[in-house]
Amino acid sequence: MTAPTHTEGRPAAAAPSQTAPAIELRGISKAFGAVQANKDISIRVERGTIHGIIGENGAGKSTLMSILYGFYKADSGEILIGGQRTDIPDSQAAIRAGIGMVFQHFKLVENFTVLENVVLGAEDGAFLRPSLVKARRLLVDLAREYELNVDPDAKIENLGVGMQQRVEILKALYRQADILILDEPTGVLTPSEADHLFRILRGLRDEGKTIILITHKLREIMDVTDNVSVMRRGEMTATVRTADTSPSELAELMVGRKVLLRVDKTPARPGPVVLKVENLKVTDDKGVERLRGIDLEVRAGEILGVAGVAGNGQSELLEVLGGISDATGTVTLNGTPLDLSGPRADGRSRRHAGIAHVPEDRHRLGLILDFTAWENTGFGYHDLPDYCRGALMDQTALRNDTRGKMERFDVRPADCWLHAKSFSGGNQQKIVLAREIERNPDLLLVGQPTRGVDIGAIEFIHQRLIELRDAGKAILLVSVELDEIFALSDRIAVMFDGRIMGERLPGQTDETELGMMMAGMDGKAR
Amino acid sequence: MDTMPRWADIALIPLINLTLALLVSALVIALIGENPAQAMGVMIRGAVGSAYGWGYTLYYATNFIFTGLAVAVAFHARLFNIGGEGQAALGGLGVAIVCLSVPWPHWTLALPAAVLGGALFGAAWAAIPAWLQATRGSHIVITTIMFNFIASALLVYLLVNVLKVPGSMAPETARFPEGARLPSAYDWGAWMGFGRSAPLNVAFFVALACCVAVWVLIWKTRLGYEIRAFGQSEAAAKYAGIRPVRTIMITMLISGGLAGLMAVNAVQGEAERLVIDSVQGAGFVGIAVALMGRSHPLGVLLAALLFGALYQGGAELEFEMPAISREMIVVIQALVILFTGALDNMVRGPVEGLFRRRRKGAT
Amino acid sequence: MDLATVIQLLDSTLRLATPLLLACLAGLFSERAGIFDIGLEGKMLAAAFFSAAVAAMTGNVWIGLLAGTAASLALAALHGLASITFRGNQLISGVAINFLASGLTVLIGQTWFQLGGRTPSLEGAARFQEITLPLAGVLEPVPVIGPLYANVLSGHTILVYVGLLAVPATWYVLFRTRFGLRLRAVGENPGAVDTAGVSVVGLRFSAVLICGLLCGLAGAYLATGLSAGFVKEMSAGRGFIALAALIFAKWRPWYALAACLLFGLLEALGNRFQSLEVLGVTLPTQFMQALPYILTVVILAGFVGKAIPPRAGGAAYVKER
Repeated sequence: MTAPTHTEGRPAAAAPSQTAPAIELRGISKAFGAVQANKDISIRVERGTIHGIIGENGAGKSTLMSILYGFYKADSGEILIGGQRTDIPDSQAAIRAGIGMVFQHFKLVENFTVLENVVLGAEDGAFLRPSLVKARRLLVDLAREYELNVDPDAKIENLGVGMQQRVEILKALYRQADILILDEPTGVLTPSEADHLFRILRGLRDEGKTIILITHKLREIMDVTDNVSVMRRGEMTATVRTADTSPSELAELMVGRKVLLRVDKTPARPGPVVLKVENLKVTDDKGVERLRGIDLEVRAGEILGVAGVAGNGQSELLEVLGGISDATGTVTLNGTPLDLSGPRADGRSRRHAGIAHVPEDRHRLGLILDFTAWENTGFGYHDLPDYCRGALMDQTALRNDTRGKMERFDVRPADCWLHAKSFSGGNQQKIVLAREIERNPDLLLVGQPTRGVDIGAIEFIHQRLIELRDAGKAILLVSVELDEIFALSDRIAVMFDGRIMGERLPGQTDETELGMMMAGMDGKAR
Repeated sequence: MDTMPRWADIALIPLINLTLALLVSALVIALIGENPAQAMGVMIRGAVGSAYGWGYTLYYATNFIFTGLAVAVAFHARLFNIGGEGQAALGGLGVAIVCLSVPWPHWTLALPAAVLGGALFGAAWAAIPAWLQATRGSHIVITTIMFNFIASALLVYLLVNVLKVPGSMAPETARFPEGARLPSAYDWGAWMGFGRSAPLNVAFFVALACCVAVWVLIWKTRLGYEIRAFGQSEAAAKYAGIRPVRTIMITMLISGGLAGLMAVNAVQGEAERLVIDSVQGAGFVGIAVALMGRSHPLGVLLAALLFGALYQGGAELEFEMPAISREMIVVIQALVILFTGALDNMVRGPVEGLFRRRRKGAT
Repeated sequence: MDLATVIQLLDSTLRLATPLLLACLAGLFSERAGIFDIGLEGKMLAAAFFSAAVAAMTGNVWIGLLAGTAASLALAALHGLASITFRGNQLISGVAINFLASGLTVLIGQTWFQLGGRTPSLEGAARFQEITLPLAGVLEPVPVIGPLYANVLSGHTILVYVGLLAVPATWYVLFRTRFGLRLRAVGENPGAVDTAGVSVVGLRFSAVLICGLLCGLAGAYLATGLSAGFVKEMSAGRGFIALAALIFAKWRPWYALAACLLFGLLEALGNRFQSLEVLGVTLPTQFMQALPYILTVVILAGFVGKAIPPRAGGAAYVKER
C-alpha cells in the first residue's frame, strides 16, 4: 500500500537544490557528565524531504533533537536554519525559527480540549475567545488539507493516542512550523494508525514542509523517508538516500560491527519444562495492550533469549513474571500455577517459589542506590532466615555473605560499606547478579544483563549465566543486544508489539533475519 | 560518584542552615531594637545555666523527642506526618483514661499502662489518614492537618461535656490519683540541684529509650529496612516484595504512637490532669526537630535538646528583656524549618559546587 | 427559628465566609498553577497584623490595607523562592511561613504597641465602614426579598463585596483569558507549557503572588473589617478551613463560593447556638467546628465525588530529556 512512487522523480537529496538546506548541523557535541551523548555530529536536511534518523536506544537521537529544540545547549558546534546561523537557547527560539516538535511522550494538557491545547502558548492577545475562534477555523482547513481530522472540542484524556498525536502535529502547524520533528512517533500506534500518519507526513512534505523522523524501525524508514541518517553510540555513522539502501545494510550500520563476544559453552542439555507461559496479556493503565497473548516455555538447563527492540513488551513480560505487575493468562513454574494478581502476585511470593530476577533497570528496581552494598545484597531476601535473628536483621551474617559474594564475583572495590551509587555500572550489576544467582533459583529472569557494563565485566557476567545454565537452571534472558542474544541463547524468541514474532535456533539464523523480525517485517509467525 | 563527603551532608550543611537561621533571628532582634548578643546570652544562661533551667529545658526536650521521632520515622518512608499535634492530643486522652480508670497503687505500674494508652490512642488517630493514603491515595499531609483540627474539637467536646469534674468550671479532668504520679526530677535528682518546681520527670528516660528503640527499629530490624527501602523507591520496594499498603500503615501507626507518647510527659508527668490544648504546638516543633536532626534518632535527640533550650531560654528572655516576647522562639523555629527544610537547596548547591571545584583542582 | 434569627444568621454567614472565600481563591490560583500552599493561614495572619498596625498608626485603613497586602506578598515571594527557585518542599515551606507569621506578628506587635501582641482598637477611618447598598431602605418592606437585600446583602464592608466579585473575576481570568489558560496548563503539565515556549517559572511566580495578594485582602478584612484590630492568632485556623474549602470545591471558583458559604454558615451556627437539634440528634458546637474538616476528609477519601488536584501539584518542574 505504500508505493515508492512518491520519491520517484523528486529532486530530494539527489540534486543540490538552489535553496540552502532546511537544517544543517555542524560538529554538534554534547556530554552529560562522563557520558558523551553526541559526538561531532554533522548533518544536512534538505528542504521538502522526509529525513529519517535511525539508531538503537541510547544512540543519541533524542539528545540531538532536544538540542535542536532548545532543551539542551550543545557543548560545541553550530546550527544553521535555512542557511542562517541560528542560536536556539530555548523552545521559544526554536518555534520562532519554524521548528515544531512532536515528542515521544506527548506534551499535552490532558484535561484541556484539543482547541485549548493547540492555542496554548500561541494565543493572539490576552483574551481567549478570538484565539479559539481563529484556531477552530484553521483546524478545519488543516483537517481538509492533510487528513488531520480531530474534534476540536474533545478533551485530550478522552482521545486515543493516535488522535493525541494528530493534536501534537496540529500544534506545530498552528505555529506555522516549516520543519517538523517527530520522535519515535509510531511507538504507541497501531499499524493502521501508523499508515495514516505516514500519509499525513507525505502530504506535508508535498506542501514543502521538511520532516525529520526519528525511529528505530526499519520498515518505517524504508516506507516513508527520502534520506536516512544512521546514529550509533552518539555518532552519525552515515547519511544515504533511502532508495539506494536496503534494510539489511541499515541494520548493519545501526548495530555496527562490534567485537564479537565469544562465550565458551557446550550444547544445552534441556531438562523438563520449568516455566510455561500461556496467553499472557497485560493492559497498562492507559488501556493500551502491552502484551497481546504470549506463549513460551523455558526448560531446565537452557537459556531462552528474547530479542526485540525496546518497548515491545519485554519489560512487561519480566515484570509480570517477577511479580511486580498484574496480568491475565496462565503461568506455571515446575507445573505449579503462579498467581498473576492479588496479594500473592508479589516479588516475595515469586522468590519463595524459586524465581530470581535481575531487572532491566538496576537503578530503578534492582538496587537502592543510597543503601550500602551489604544492604543491597539482602534486597528482596531480607526476610530469609539466614539474614535474620527474629525481627532483627543479622547484619554480621549479611555483611559476611556480601564479602564472600564480592570476592566470588570480583566486585571492585570490595568494600561492603560503600553505597550502591558509588560503584561503576559493571560492579553494580555484579552485586545484583551475585544476589540473584547465588540463591540457586529454579528460574532466573534476567533483563539487559550487560547494559552500561564495561567490556571486562560483560565476559564475566556471561560466563556466570552459562554456569548457571549448566547447573540445570532455566534462564529467561531479555536483551536488545543481538550479540548477547547470539552469544548466550540456546533458543531465540523475537518479540514485536507485545507478541512473539517467532522462534529461531541460533545456528540457523543471522542478525539480518532477526533484525527484520524485530522490525515487525516477518509475517510467518510460528 | 558522590558529589560531596558524607560529613558535609550530615553535619556541615545542617550547621550552615542552622547558622543562617540564627543569623536572621539575630537580625530580627536587632530590628526590634534589642541587642542580639545580650539576648543570646540570656537565653543560654536561662536554659542551661542552672539546675532550674535544665529542669525545664529537658522537660521541653522530652516532648520534642517524642514528636520529633514521630515525624522522623514517617520521613524514612517518605511520608510527611504533619498530624503530630492531633496524635499527641489523642495520646493525652489515652493517658488520662488509663490514669483515671484504675486506682494505681504505684507509678511503676501506671507508667507502662499509660505508655500503652498514649501510644494506642496516638496510633489510632494516625490510622485513618494512613489507611486513606495507602488505599485511596488521599494526600496524607492534608488529611493529617484536618485530623489535627478534628482532634482539637473532639477534645474540647470531651473535656467540656464528658470528662469535666462535675460542678467545676474548668474544662479539665480530675487530678490523676497519687499512685499514677510520675517521679519528678526533684524526687530522683534533688542531689543535682533540681527543685520542686522542675517539670522534668521520668518520662525523659522513656523518651531516651524511644530514641534507642527507633534507632534499632530503623537501622537494625527487618521492618526498618523495609521502611527505608520503601521511602527510597516505591518501585524498587515492589520489586523486592515489600508491600506498600502494609508499610505505610505500620510506619504511620508507629509514628502516631510516638506522638501519643508525648502525653506521658506532658499530661501524666507534668499537668497530672488532661487540660485543653495539652500539646501546645509540640507536634509542630517535631517537624523542625526531625528536619534538623536529619531524621536520625541521635540528630533528633540533639535537635530536641536545642529546641528545649530555645523554649526555656525564650521564657527567660521574655522575663529579662520584656521587649522580646516569647514568640521569638516561634520565629526562630520557623527560620530553622525554612532554612533546613525548604531552602536546603540554596545552601546545598553552592557547597556541592565548592567540593566539585576542589576535587577538580586536586586531580 | 424565626425570620429575624435566620436573617441574622445569613448576615453573619456572609461576614464569616468572606475571609474564607478570599483565602480560598488565593489558594485556588496557587494550586491551579501547581504550587501547594499550606501557608494561607500565615499569610492571612501577617496581613491582618500589618493592616491593623499601620491603620492604627496612620488612622487610614487604606494605607493599612496596602501594608497588610505587602506583608502577605512578601511571604508569598518567600514561598516562591523556596518552592520554585530552589525547588524546595512546598509543604515544608508552607509550614515555616505559618510559624514565621505566627511569631513575628506578636513579636513586632509587642514592640510597637506593648499590648501583649494586640494592636490598639481601630476606630473611624482606621476601619472599613459598612456600606449600605442603594435602595436598601426602599426595598426593605418587600417580603422575603426586602430583608434579604437590606439586612443580608447590604450593610457590609467593601472587602465583602470585593470577595464576592472576586469569584466571577477569578472564573473569568482562569477560563477566558490567555493567562488563565497558561496558569491552568502549568499546574497540569508544565512540560506542555515549557515546550510551547512559555516560562514555567514566570507563570508560577505570578500565581503565587496573586495568592499573596488575595490572602492579604483576607487578612486585612479579618483585622479591619470583621474585627476592630489585631489579636494574637486571630486567623484561628481559617487558612486551613479555606484549604479545606478549596478541596471541597475541587479547585473551582463558583464551587469555592458555595463551600465557603457553607463553612461560614457552620461557623455562624456554632457561634450562635451551643448545640443544635437535627432530626432528634443533638449536635454539639464542637461538631459544627469540626465539620468542615470531616467533610474534606470524606471528599479526599473519594467516597463522595473524587477530588482530583492539579496533576503537577506539589512538584518542582525539572526539564526532562
